[in-house]
Amino acid sequence: MASDRKVDIQSHRLSDDEYQQNFSDVKPALTAYQAHIESNRCLYCEDAPCISACPTRINIPSFIQKIADNNTTGAAKTILEANILGGSCARVCPTEILCEGVCVRNKEPEYAPIKIGRLQRYALDNFNPDVHPFQRLPSSGKKVAIVGAGPAGMACAHHLARQGHSVVMFDKKPKAGGLNEYGIAHYKMQDDFAQKELEFILELGGIELKPDVALGQSLHLDTLRQEYDAVFLALGLNKCKKLGLEQEVQHGLENSLEYITDIRQAQDLAHIPVGNKVVVIGAGNTAVDIACQTKRLGAGQVTLVYRRGVANMSATDKELEFARQNDVAIITWARPVALVTNKKHQLTAIQFERTQLDDAGQLRSTQEHFELAADSVFKAIGQEFDSQCFSGSEAPDFSNNRIKVDTDYKTSLSNVWAGGDCIHHDGEDLTVQSVEHGKQAANSIHHYLEQ
Amino acid sequence: MADLSNNFIGIKSPNPFWLASAPPTDKAYNVYRAFEAGWGGVVWKTLGEDPEIVNVSSRYSAHKLQSGAILGINNIELVSDRPLQVNLDEIKQTKKDWPDRAVIVSLMVPCEEKNWQQMLQRVAETNCDGIELNFGCPHGMPERGMGAAVGQVPDYVEMVTAWCKKHTQLPVIVKLTPNITNILLSANAALKGGADAVSLINTINSITQIDLDTMAGAPAVGGKYTSGGYCGSAVKPIALNMVGQIARNSETSHLPMSGIGGVTTWKDAAEFIALGAGNVQVCTAAMLYGFKIINELCDGLSNWMDSKGYKNTEAFRGLAVPNLTDWKYLDLNYKIVANIDQNACIECGRCYSACEDTAHQAISMVTTETGSRKFEIIEPECVGCNLCQITCPVTNCITMEKREAGKPYMNWTQHPNNPFKG
Repeated sequence: MASDRKVDIQSHRLSDDEYQQNFSDVKPALTAYQAHIESNRCLYCEDAPCISACPTRINIPSFIQKIADNNTTGAAKTILEANILGGSCARVCPTEILCEGVCVRNKEPEYAPIKIGRLQRYALDNFNPDVHPFQRLPSSGKKVAIVGAGPAGMACAHHLARQGHSVVMFDKKPKAGGLNEYGIAHYKMQDDFAQKELEFILELGGIELKPDVALGQSLHLDTLRQEYDAVFLALGLNKCKKLGLEQEVQHGLENSLEYITDIRQAQDLAHIPVGNKVVVIGAGNTAVDIACQTKRLGAGQVTLVYRRGVANMSATDKELEFARQNDVAIITWARPVALVTNKKHQLTAIQFERTQLDDAGQLRSTQEHFELAADSVFKAIGQEFDSQCFSGSEAPDFSNNRIKVDTDYKTSLSNVWAGGDCIHHDGEDLTVQSVEHGKQAANSIHHYLEQ
Repeated sequence: MADLSNNFIGIKSPNPFWLASAPPTDKAYNVYRAFEAGWGGVVWKTLGEDPEIVNVSSRYSAHKLQSGAILGINNIELVSDRPLQVNLDEIKQTKKDWPDRAVIVSLMVPCEEKNWQQMLQRVAETNCDGIELNFGCPHGMPERGMGAAVGQVPDYVEMVTAWCKKHTQLPVIVKLTPNITNILLSANAALKGGADAVSLINTINSITQIDLDTMAGAPAVGGKYTSGGYCGSAVKPIALNMVGQIARNSETSHLPMSGIGGVTTWKDAAEFIALGAGNVQVCTAAMLYGFKIINELCDGLSNWMDSKGYKNTEAFRGLAVPNLTDWKYLDLNYKIVANIDQNACIECGRCYSACEDTAHQAISMVTTETGSRKFEIIEPECVGCNLCQITCPVTNCITMEKREAGKPYMNWTQHPNNPFKG
């Protein structure tokens, strides 16, 4: 299958201005005037559907009414009381399937929901309190270890610290923030926002952050359980699923999350090498993020390939529309069967077979094949939980390859709770969902510590 | 096509829309622009004696909805601050250039017969179509014994009206102030004084807002403020009531009325006419949107009249008056209930909040299996108060439906619970 095709992966594809333009804020906050007009559209519904559709149950009509009343401070506090990461959620939430998806103004005769996400961002972006809006209760003398400083961990830490408990938050990465810092597309999270939000949470006091400490290596669950009154696991998903192709290790096959991290952490986007012909395998929001970001880094041709139909894609309609706006080609009903390399073992193309559903509803090949030239191929077919972190310690029970918890986010271990993407739960793996897990787990832990 | 031409106490205009005496009619420049736009007539901004008036800065403020839409404005401007002769000359020229339009001159003169006599002589030389006595201006002028200071005392209204009738051949319109307890007293006084017509309402004493930083109202003049005259859409209900009270009172019902107060759309104008007004005067709407709205006023009124088969405004003038009555004559056995069109309902629940918290608990909220919400009227509890219909954001989603009570008409004067029943 060797091909003589030259591989075109390089940095500095664009001018500085183009990088600047392509990676500027994709969904900026509303202006004061826009917020004024938009907030006045809210009907202030009874038992508003938007509240129920928000995993953190933000009192949305209340904060919007406060914006309309020129009480932006009150609006921000209303949001933060329910969701301490309201700022990042305003940026990354798929509002079209959450609050905005159920807004009554979606219905006839308007078909135009209130821009709840952007109003939320407006309230928080314009929040400059003289004093921190949250204060700690007197010290309880209890200590809680939180492993993983992503959205779930931060939310849990905030709520526990407010109750007067001492929290130590460990993270294996050099910076806290989890996905908010490393895994969200660059243009969705501008101006170092994840770190600013973290700083705001740490300002409360009572939370110590220990970065560069990985569970299962220098840190062990058994020890934590002995040294702390309670442990909250917010480990996320950290293992990329495999494509299952023989040539898995070839140069040019890339891991989406690592690449997104590179983009997010880059001092200068011009230094990020990107292929000219890019293929992304997957159909979730991460696949869209990769496709759009490579395109915006200057890739000539980006194709997203998914083994099933559009209806099965987990990326929201809005995300798919964004992909189309970015000139990302989308091919459905095809799955990769082989990678094609040149004599230097560089990836030059990827072969697919057409798929369809058989009578039993199983995906199968049509025996029809095609090939796409590719300088780089990104896997974006989801992440798995890596249980290696429990080696040497007693591990909690698992369910569906993730940590099993009860309705209070308690694991099978006596003083261990878990939340966020690492647990098996009914909802979607969303930042806002993780925040709610952290918040609920904190309530349960607080109740336990008070006994 | 409906005929919009208007004849108000012998004063003819191509349509029933006059610009009220106010800043838009302060000088020939504006009036010419108004006539070019199509306005039927103007009441020239009130003339006073020289030396001319000194005004303050600023002069207007607004009462707005939270969304920013203007409900009403108020002003603390005085009568015309231009020299009297300049105004008189311009009025004369205007009438010459626009003979088919109505030009009325508003006047405010100290309460001495000779002053009025002299002023009326000079005004008559302009060949204007009539005069309007400004007995309403609530700010500044009362302190000088004019405006509302006269309008609030029926004897003065009658006296000055009589002077005017004595000293001019021109039709005399008496502009009434709403800043009184009973409009009939002023209307009757104007009638007794011989007024050819009344126009109402003038502006209402008001404070539109307080600046919570400076603790001054608006408009603020060097940190101080004063009550201004309120006008615009917000005052329409008050004006309609006063027009209606004059129209249904046996002593004043034949008194011609020029309706003023928040006329913004053709429908507002039609309502004033339906309550007995012979024409209408407009100011705030023109100040907020410009003279071009005359197109919308005439077009809307004309199309509606065509749809109803009214050939001219006289055809429907006063038609709403016979239905205006006292509370005691309302049918106590008449019953309506609310009905919610489930297909139109967007499930906001505003009707539920309103009824459950503040009315009669006559709406149920049920969450269906699909997660949608259903709001339904509990008819036995519904008193037909209209609150749900008022709060519903969807047009025609909630309607009020008649229910047969099975009982004949009975009013309060006939009701057994009335201790004074005859």
